[in-house]
Amino acid sequence: MKRRDFIQLAGMGAGAMMLPMPAFSRTVDPAEMLVPLMDVKQKKALADVALNTARSLGATYADVRIGRYLNQFVATREKKVQGITNTESFGTGVRVIVNGTWGFGASNEVTPDGIKKATERAVAIAKANSKFQKEPVKLATTPSYGEVSWKTPIQKNGFEVSIKDKVDLLLNANAKAMEKGASFVNSLLFLVNEQKYFASTEGSYIDQDIHRTWPNFSVSMVDRQSGQFKNRSAFSAPVGMGYEYLDGKAEDKIQGPGGIILYNKSYDIVEDAAMAAEQAKQMIAAKSVEPGKYDLVLEPSHMWLTIHESVGHPTELDRVLGYEANYAGTSFLTLDKWQSKNFKFGSKIVNFMADKTQVGSLGAVGFDDEGVKCKSWELIKDGVLVNYQAIRDQVNIIGQKESHGCCYSQSWSDVQFQRMANVSLQAGREQVTPEQMISGVDKGIYIVKDGSFSIDQQRYNFQFGGVLFFEIKNGKIAGMLKDVAYQANTQEFWNSCAQICDERDYRLNGAFNDGKGQPSQSNAVSHGSATTRFNGVNVINTGRTI
Amino acid sequence: MAILTKDEAFALLKKVLAYSKADECEVNLSGTDNGNVRYARNSVTTSGRISQSSLVVSSAFGKKLGVATINEFDDASLEKVVRRAEELARLAPENPEFMPFLGPQKYAEPITYVPSTAAITPKQRTDLVEQSLNVAKSSKAVAAGFLEDNAGFSAMMNSKGLFAYNTSTNTNFSVTVRTSDSLGSGYATRGYNDVTKLDTKSATQIATDKALKSATAKAIEPGKYTVILEPAAAAVLMERIFFGLDARQADEGRSFLSKPGGKTRLGEKLVDERVTLYSDPLNPELPTSTWSGDGRPQEKVTWIDKGVVKNFSYSRYWAQKQNARPIPAPDGMIMEGGTKSLEDLIKGTKKGILVTRLWYIRDVDPQSLLLTGLTRDGTFYIEDGKIQYPVKNFRFNESPVIMLNNLEELGKPERTVSVESNQNYLLPPMKIRDFTFTSLSDAV
Repeated sequence: MKRRDFIQLAGMGAGAMMLPMPAFSRTVDPAEMLVPLMDVKQKKALADVALNTARSLGATYADVRIGRYLNQFVATREKKVQGITNTESFGTGVRVIVNGTWGFGASNEVTPDGIKKATERAVAIAKANSKFQKEPVKLATTPSYGEVSWKTPIQKNGFEVSIKDKVDLLLNANAKAMEKGASFVNSLLFLVNEQKYFASTEGSYIDQDIHRTWPNFSVSMVDRQSGQFKNRSAFSAPVGMGYEYLDGKAEDKIQGPGGIILYNKSYDIVEDAAMAAEQAKQMIAAKSVEPGKYDLVLEPSHMWLTIHESVGHPTELDRVLGYEANYAGTSFLTLDKWQSKNFKFGSKIVNFMADKTQVGSLGAVGFDDEGVKCKSWELIKDGVLVNYQAIRDQVNIIGQKESHGCCYSQSWSDVQFQRMANVSLQAGREQVTPEQMISGVDKGIYIVKDGSFSIDQQRYNFQFGGVLFFEIKNGKIAGMLKDVAYQANTQEFWNSCAQICDERDYRLNGAFNDGKGQPSQSNAVSHGSATTRFNGVNVINTGRTI
Repeated sequence: MAILTKDEAFALLKKVLAYSKADECEVNLSGTDNGNVRYARNSVTTSGRISQSSLVVSSAFGKKLGVATINEFDDASLEKVVRRAEELARLAPENPEFMPFLGPQKYAEPITYVPSTAAITPKQRTDLVEQSLNVAKSSKAVAAGFLEDNAGFSAMMNSKGLFAYNTSTNTNFSVTVRTSDSLGSGYATRGYNDVTKLDTKSATQIATDKALKSATAKAIEPGKYTVILEPAAAAVLMERIFFGLDARQADEGRSFLSKPGGKTRLGEKLVDERVTLYSDPLNPELPTSTWSGDGRPQEKVTWIDKGVVKNFSYSRYWAQKQNARPIPAPDGMIMEGGTKSLEDLIKGTKKGILVTRLWYIRDVDPQSLLLTGLTRDGTFYIEDGKIQYPVKNFRFNESPVIMLNNLEELGKPERTVSVESNQNYLLPPMKIRDFTFTSLSDAV
């Protein structure tokens, strides 16, 4: 995740208005967002201009994306609405292969002339860069799908819900937190709709309508006397769903260990804000942790980030190959480890799937941004590294014939490249609940929700914090802790994985701001897991006085 | 849209304001030309040219504000964007923190624009990249890097008579060189307003030397060490102090600058008395805009003077509420230093660790500004004034506030780039005692 984005969200002051925005965004009236700009027929005719121009200029391959990206932010603090922003970005990006080299051009003029010029620019860049080309692009074949479409299976389009209803919901949540004694509360609702049309010289014309929703808040408790303060973030997840995520249905509420309430496929922001204020008070009064080795019981709203950083990133093939060496870093999961077929990434119960189809996830689409039909595939099987995440111009390097379908661009104006799929830890086969798991731990810590995070550029050494920490003594929750962070080596950590709760406890969480590339691009991705136990992990105390 | 002259920007903004029917109207106009080349595995991977321009209209009826943006500049579009801002303002709830727009202000003439950067050609870019690649290739090493340049203008005008205009240029370059066996890695970064100052060859040579010399790293025990932070390593820690100077956060009790009893650390000694931190838009080495986005003048401000917290930054609303001077948040951080070079600092070190770069910096505890992250791309053990051998990378857990209380010595400030925020700063290399490394990393 990108640091600046995280800080802005964690602080959620004015910064909340500075979420990643597509280039060339303009603000629009909310009603304008519901009016389609162009029908599929018009898009196909424009796409053909790009494809024909590219062919006539000698391109051996071309694809074109016509994208309309809609975002809506509603930001509040306490009783005040800080900002309501609606943005729209509409344009086209054309990618070509000439002389075995990629070229990319983009334009916000979605006209035959604008698209032709963008295509000519893409061809010129490909020709100029072919001077440096050492490894001509080899594309894996992919079927031609003809004219197809896909839509996120939503029940309620968030953009159709009135601004007033959204403001009322957030202010109601803020009021509940303040009633329960919070010092401050910032809340935010973020909606995304990507309307993407893709066409390639291989004969696919793909129209997609993608929706994502994220309610979030940060409740602050300040003890003026002692000068201590703590922030409790929302137990929501960013989701690939519509506004129905905010229904807060009773069947989606989970009574967790330590008296906490967790959420599955829908979320009750008002109830959670009240809980947050209560818990923030306890966080200040909590006992400072004794550093040492503990068995960790990690809840899914925490696990996702550990999975993202230590499993999602090192299995990205572009990092393995060195394409991200100057920015996001490389990977310890080098090709020889995969070729050996016996590299023990984790213990025998550790199974990871990459998945671009999982319902409700941020990464779910029908087709990726180079026209490949999405699927799921194994990354870690019975603890052993078995595959990477790769796209059409990469799979030949690992001797495979089919792209994994995880190519993505954050906007029409950025070039698409390999991005992380949803990477999830498969639920345990043994029937175990989180309470049963905790009952088997003598000295441990139960951690809820993601907090501080940092990992090295090859993904060996990491450190994670959290939001709520409960001490486990002799199989029982023994009160709240603070100043907790755990440090480990990725391989040692996943080999210490001792128990995974079953499917009943499996939940998704994720992030909108997975950063990679220069200029940097954001990707939205979810990670699923059930509550999981790791034995003998090093815990440090992070309390300091200045 | 090309970069508009001051007169052209004035005329366009005047035209936009003429469409306004709101109580107050403010218009911000900007345009940038960006060029970039990215390379990896000794080969160019992507390159791009992006031109963007944007007009932002803020219209207010009482305390109701609407904001609309457009990137088309014909008369019909200009009128449309003003109408849209007004419609949104009428729909908006009242914002009790809304501040009326500022009247005319006086600004110093900015020095942020260098014509040679604005005139960069595609060939110059590829030549700069080729020079970098040649260094790596001749040492049988592998380079990955990114070169980008920007030229742009920004202007604003409002119905109260305020007008501001600025042009600027910038180029940032970074390169990571790895040995072909991936056992060594080195890094260098440069940032300038003037692209003719950019020497990608010498920067890549430094990165290559670090890669070759770091290839046989030894593991030494984590713990407290004297460290010498190169400016690029110091930048990612120091900027966290710089980003945290907001008065409201401190007044509300949720900042490392808050104190027990509801007070703040303003006026108190926070760090070693050799630490002086300021911003100055007219510094010739690190020029920045002479006005902020809401029209307030940017002037030289000392934030920490000889270790004492001298100033906080304020939003206009919070300054009015607290009856304080409304100093805007600054653009470029400058820290005073000494005259010694990095080599001099190494020579004067009995035992210590030289850190080229720090990476993946995250807050661990905002209360103490405790940060974590790792060393990367060249970490070396120093004994008796000499670099003895490369060491394996460490994870650290340290607060820049604690670090600046453990200051041993400062070198000569130089311009550097933060790998975290991409911001440019003027910072000295710094020698710090008792810097806390908490674990080892196998990463190269």
